[in-house]
Amino acid sequence: MAGLRLDGLSTALLREVDLTLVAGERLFLSGASGSGKSLLLRAVADLDPHRGEVWLDELPRSRLTPPEWRRRVGLLPAESHWWAETVGEHWRAPTAGSPIEALLVALGFDVDVSNWAITRLSTGERQRLALARLLLNQPQALLLDEATANLDSVNRERVETMLEDYRAAHATAMLWVSHDPEQRVRLGGRRLVIRENRLEPEP
Amino acid sequence: MNLIALSVWDLILAAGLVVVLAALSWRLCLGVERRILVAALRGTVQLMLVGLVLKQLFAQANPVLIGLIVLVMWSAAGWEVQSRQKRRYTGPWGYGIGTFSLFLSSFSVTLLALLVIIQVEPWYQPRYLIPLLGMLLGNTMSGVAIALDQLTRQAWDARGCIEARLLLGATWEEAIADLRREALRSGLIPIVNAMAAAGLVSLPGMMTGQILAGSPPLEAAKYQLLILFLISAGTGLGAMAAVWIGSRRLFDDRQRLRLDRLTAARR
Repeated sequence: MAGLRLDGLSTALLREVDLTLVAGERLFLSGASGSGKSLLLRAVADLDPHRGEVWLDELPRSRLTPPEWRRRVGLLPAESHWWAETVGEHWRAPTAGSPIEALLVALGFDVDVSNWAITRLSTGERQRLALARLLLNQPQALLLDEATANLDSVNRERVETMLEDYRAAHATAMLWVSHDPEQRVRLGGRRLVIRENRLEPEP
Repeated sequence: MNLIALSVWDLILAAGLVVVLAALSWRLCLGVERRILVAALRGTVQLMLVGLVLKQLFAQANPVLIGLIVLVMWSAAGWEVQSRQKRRYTGPWGYGIGTFSLFLSSFSVTLLALLVIIQVEPWYQPRYLIPLLGMLLGNTMSGVAIALDQLTRQAWDARGCIEARLLLGATWEEAIADLRREALRSGLIPIVNAMAAAGLVSLPGMMTGQILAGSPPLEAAKYQLLILFLISAGTGLGAMAAVWIGSRRLFDDRQRLRLDRLTAARR
């Protein structure tokens, strides 16, 4: 069955998570600050040592190299990091007719943003550009950590629309950590909460 | 050779300058007077001991004794590398990376110099082996220590950027490439600068010593050049080995950045 399956995943803060997201499913995750939401996403992306296995479209993670896995299961961290001087240097292997321009326009940017210096970007702009950077890999599953936390309502809507379009077009499984109860209800789908080191349905 | 032997009083006079420096430090509240005096005392004891040991060694050329001395020099240099790190690697790696890199660079370069360039017979003749190895270990040690320290400090600070690159599908080598380059560069710059300024700004220590001890200046210059070249090669080799092993150790087999393999910051 296509989708993302967590098989006995344990982190420092979570006990034995078994969870299946079918292809195209969006699942919201919430929980108190420090309850281990980000750690769970990091474990799925294989960024920290942990126990358990993750499957993507019936392919176990251990069968792929870590770079392959992380390209297929894309994690958008809560805080974006940039290592080069300009925005454009962060686009991985820009090819001719690159889809980056379409992504930038959909996120409300001028195409020229690629030439901008990182230092002149606001936190919200960085967050949106980090999403474009991630989607360029065409991930088959998405792990979103507070994807819209730093955005005003206009840009929040842009990001939500882009993610919904992407999910619909690619049947992407989406594990989305969100602090915004209104957003979780408005967009719909399954909602889980981390409580006392376990995943429970959100009441 | 017209060597003017130094008397004990000559040295005491020179040591008096250091005491004056310590007194000034105390008067000006610089707070380094203790360190100055301890360092001067350590240097005195160490050099005198070495002088005594070398005197014995040169007289006998006993391979076992030479091996022992080499071992002591090597492990002391390794210890020095480790103690200059803000964050060390945990476990045996902390001492191992630096020590192994020193072995790889200093020993191979010294061997090359003894066997091929100077062609000493037998090659382990202590009169050549010990000073050469000492010169190489001392300088390589600085290069390795600086490069390794730079690598681990930067990796700690740039954690977010390194992980961002991993998350976008970069391999561990791509994710750490910038840091490796920077670390290598900072390890190499002191010796490169020393080479460029040699003779113009200052006469290097070894050459000064040789000239004062009565060698013809041109001969001293040639030996100094040899040493400079060897030191540069050794430092480069050692820093590269240390940075390569060190950066590999920062990642595990699933290409995760493992800063938990470094100890907490010191100082």
